[in-house]
Amino acid sequence: MAVTLDQTIAQKQRSRLAEFVGGQTFWVLIAVLLACLFLSFATDSFATAKNLYNITRNVTFVAIIALGMTLVIITGGIDLSVGSVLCLCSMVLAVTMNAGYSIEIGITAAIVTALVIGAFNGVLIAYLNFPPFVVTLGMLSIARSLAMVASNNTVVFQFGPDHDKLLALGGGAWFFGIANPVLYMVILALLTGFVLRWTRFGRYIFAIGGNEHAATLTGVPVRRIKVAVYMISALSAGIAGIVQTGWLGAVTTNIGAGMELQVIAAAVIGGANLAGGVGTAFGALVGAALIEVIRNSLGLLGINAFWQGTFIGGAIVLAVLFDRIRNLRQSE
Amino acid sequence: MSFALEAGQVVGLMGDNGAGKSTLVKMIAGNFRPSEGTMRLEGRDIVLHRPVEARQHGIEIVHQDLALCNNLTAAANVFLGRELRRGIGPFRVLDYKTMYRRAGEIFKELKSETRPRDLVKQMSGGQRQAVAIGRTMLSEAKIVLMDEPTAAISVRQVAEVLNLIRELRDRGIAVVLISHRMPDVFTVADRVIVMRRGRKVADKAIAASSPEEVTGLITGAIEQV
Repeated sequence: MAVTLDQTIAQKQRSRLAEFVGGQTFWVLIAVLLACLFLSFATDSFATAKNLYNITRNVTFVAIIALGMTLVIITGGIDLSVGSVLCLCSMVLAVTMNAGYSIEIGITAAIVTALVIGAFNGVLIAYLNFPPFVVTLGMLSIARSLAMVASNNTVVFQFGPDHDKLLALGGGAWFFGIANPVLYMVILALLTGFVLRWTRFGRYIFAIGGNEHAATLTGVPVRRIKVAVYMISALSAGIAGIVQTGWLGAVTTNIGAGMELQVIAAAVIGGANLAGGVGTAFGALVGAALIEVIRNSLGLLGINAFWQGTFIGGAIVLAVLFDRIRNLRQSE
Repeated sequence: MSFALEAGQVVGLMGDNGAGKSTLVKMIAGNFRPSEGTMRLEGRDIVLHRPVEARQHGIEIVHQDLALCNNLTAAANVFLGRELRRGIGPFRVLDYKTMYRRAGEIFKELKSETRPRDLVKQMSGGQRQAVAIGRTMLSEAKIVLMDEPTAAISVRQVAEVLNLIRELRDRGIAVVLISHRMPDVFTVADRVIVMRRGRKVADKAIAASSPEEVTGLITGAIEQV
């Protein structure tokens, strides 16, 4: 029977399921699950409620920022300032509350700080055509320095009248014993996933990463979207900072140091492509989970902690290697 | 330079590199703002600040590089910049179903075996062309500008694109065809405008001209007609 034009047009080459199974995120997820399975049998301490609680909570700070970072990476950009922005926002929150203001004012101040920094990055990148690497590298230095200025480089551990509220916000478990940070992470991931798939804003983020010139020519407000994306990235760092402050109960000027690399690693392991145009919210979580499981397992297996970097670095290269092999096969 | 377009007419716009063809077309499409001069559509003055406004007036453009996003589906590319959404107020989501259906209808009209749900990355040159041209068919266009549509495709696909241009013309659309390829212009165009260094040096019916004359006008061997 001849195939009509109608049938051809109605056809789809690959189903959504096939696409997911063929993707990098899926294989990393399998790796995470296998690692968890292996550790449950190999050690007595992995599959305990306490350790799982720890792992899930530790994942969240990197994962929340990786969500914002994924948006930036999809547009083809990068944000190196997130670790320092986390620190600055934590410090603004801590100093404000320490001065006797309420938790609402503290959180507002921290979020406004994050948005202002994100807008600054975004305007320089989108309107003045600065390379994202340079702008956010500058901000990495500036934000941490401002945190030191704000606190006079001291440790803040007294949060004024709302001290207990802040600690409950970050350290509590309000819902079926799941750590609060994990709840925030899940909510933010669902929100990010929804925005990427179902909104015009999400569609434009992918379009900019796929072909920025084409997006401009077809009337996509490229500059405004870019500013928004860097604001979201800084905001995700700010939110992680607020939650982490509540969890740790103290802020020093070196929290979040080097975190930008872990975040980028999580996004890339989860399938985001640094060349732009590809990435998912779920991938960011899976990537962050793999990094944390590696960290946790080395400790439990009694392997020297110095090996951590080797394993995480290996995971980055391996995850992307699978993707490269797949692309090579396709192009041949 | 000054010129007029008529409905249902194909105008070939020719000139050497740097003659100002693309700049002219990008002004009509709302990508660049002219420093002076006026544009009129159906007797009314129009001022275009953005590509979106040009589209609202029924002016569509097919860019030289097609302006496609490889990481998006064919339907997403067709609707890029004017996505259909459903829902109310701020709670509007992309209407995937309708966009796939409309894109499918357009590809069928173009007689192109292009699947709306497939990524443009995996498509052939002809399919990519269909996606880019499909954009102009979303709304009732009055003017379609085509910037070098036949520059980077195979001989068979050139014939397809020329057929498509005729189809647009038969619907009463004014088509402006920018091309370096003399045969294309002489096959499909009704009128030819030649530009040299930002000026119009000829504007005459194809029947009254010849490839030799146009070549002379492009290079400057013939000053003006």
